[in-house]
Amino acid sequence: MNTVAAKTTAKEEAGIKSGRKLGFKKKLSNSLRYWPLLVMVIPGVVYLFINNYLPMFGLIIAFKDVNFTKGILASDWIGFKNFEYLFKTSDALLITRNTLLYNSIFILLNTTIAIAVAIMLNEVKKKFFSRFYQSVVLIPYLISMVIVGYLVLAMLSGETGFINKQLLPMLGIEAISWYSEPKYWPIILTIVNIWKNVGYLCVIYLAAIIGIDPEYYEAATIDGASKWQQVRAITVPLIAPVVTIMTLLQIGRIFYSDFGLFYQVPLNTGALLSTTNVIDTYVYRALMNLGDIGMSSAAGLYQSVVGFVLVILSNYVVSKRNRDNALF
Amino acid sequence: MVNGKQKLFQIGLHVVFSAIVLMCLLPFVLLIMTSFTDETMILREGYSFFPSKFSLDAYAFLWNDKENIFRAYFTTIMVTLVGTFAGLSISSLLSYPMARKEMPMRKALAFFVFFTLLFNGGLVPTYFIYTQVFELKNTMMALIIPGLLTNGFFVLIMRTFFMNSIPVPIIESASIDGAGEFKIFFKIVLPLSLPILATIGLMQTIGYWNDWFNGLIYITDSKLFSLQNLLNRILLNAQFIQSNASSMNMSDISAGAKIPMETIRMAMAVIGVVPLLCAYPFFQKYFVKGLVIGAVKG
Repeated sequence: MNTVAAKTTAKEEAGIKSGRKLGFKKKLSNSLRYWPLLVMVIPGVVYLFINNYLPMFGLIIAFKDVNFTKGILASDWIGFKNFEYLFKTSDALLITRNTLLYNSIFILLNTTIAIAVAIMLNEVKKKFFSRFYQSVVLIPYLISMVIVGYLVLAMLSGETGFINKQLLPMLGIEAISWYSEPKYWPIILTIVNIWKNVGYLCVIYLAAIIGIDPEYYEAATIDGASKWQQVRAITVPLIAPVVTIMTLLQIGRIFYSDFGLFYQVPLNTGALLSTTNVIDTYVYRALMNLGDIGMSSAAGLYQSVVGFVLVILSNYVVSKRNRDNALF
Repeated sequence: MVNGKQKLFQIGLHVVFSAIVLMCLLPFVLLIMTSFTDETMILREGYSFFPSKFSLDAYAFLWNDKENIFRAYFTTIMVTLVGTFAGLSISSLLSYPMARKEMPMRKALAFFVFFTLLFNGGLVPTYFIYTQVFELKNTMMALIIPGLLTNGFFVLIMRTFFMNSIPVPIIESASIDGAGEFKIFFKIVLPLSLPILATIGLMQTIGYWNDWFNGLIYITDSKLFSLQNLLNRILLNAQFIQSNASSMNMSDISAGAKIPMETIRMAMAVIGVVPLLCAYPFFQKYFVKGLVIGAVKG
């Protein structure tokens, strides 16, 4: 998309320059001539305005003491009070730390495992099997987090779970009450996240590997390079650009987390909050369970703004490395 | 000798992938097995891949409660159909003019769409806009509208397709022949764009089918629950089945049959996930395509 976008913007600029020369009258007649195109975009523009732009303006409620009898717009301005409250609590640090740590681990492990699986998948000779394996690793990515919650419950349920009742007795370990011990959850959530998302990254990286010119491998084989040498000298360097882009995109979203993973999988359990609460779940609970609009809107704005800065930064880094792959 | 080595390598790969396949599939097998296990066995032995006693009690119980399940399925199917159709229509109508050089204010429009990918208001203002300004709480619209485009992502992918794959001369010659813009769009551009429409339509279908978040925040009336919301409620609160069912089948419960809570939960999840898994082989190819398009071209 991006190469094309760059080319078309060049053309666009030329068009706009000539447009300026044409003057206002010509421009107006141009608009009139293409009115059907303008009509076509109306539903989409209205939709994005309501669904995306109105909430952006709505962020001002973070600076208000919302009072429904007065209405949101007429509520009193209170400056940064909501943020003061938020950052005075120990929660602010905890949710920021959890969000960043979890996402960093996810990015690191998912990327490594996905590349390894993709490289192996590419080596499978029989087309039928490589297709079958690819379809199966994608199944976890296809299903909803609610279903994942059930699957994890079947494994970990304290009284009846597979691990407590079948696996641990076999190893001679006593049952663990998983849903009341926060210390296990960083590992559980990491495993669940890998299980669910590696298939997706794997498909992306496999597509990149398939795109490599087979002549490289032929030449390497003639020169007597081993499989491992080929992987290190050809595959990894040639998919590196795609890996970099995917990773930077994930880093850009490091302030956002998968709400379902942190809400459904631990079954919204209060005892686990110290290791399962992230910014998204905090905002949700403050709004829906506590009705604390001030706190939730402050945390939400904090996420939106820092998230925005990170997206811009990561894209800047991408565009430095490779102009074509940047989002803008 | 080299051949033998290669064969060994291939066998090694298949061993590794068999393990990976098992890891992906076994949780589903466990889910299905437990749903067919006798409740007393579960309480004694726990969830097991090889239960010592099978039973259909859970499904029998759910069959008594079928109205709720059918209603949830109906809601999910309606929301998915309407949402996907409306979403595809809106995004193709928005992205096609963006792909045309003649489009007035084209750059401003592209930025308007693109900015939604960078910045968003987040949950709190969105919630207030949909509940206070538009009063969508507890309506089916609340399950449809937030997911129509979500943001400009698919619109930008479609625009790229229209720019790359629809030859400009075709549009120009149709225009010379006197076809209006709408006619060109519906009669020429859309039929040429079926591959991208199918791919994005599939991604939207899966998105709507799996969506539980909008139901979680906008729907409190259990009559409007989609399938995922019903599953979600039962997962987080096992008593929900009991309270919901007892109002309907008092007679069954007072007849002395103990409600097989553990197996019912799992049976419910099976009913929720099996249709999707059965359909998966048929759309698998397009699903992969959709993922790759989204990642590489986004």
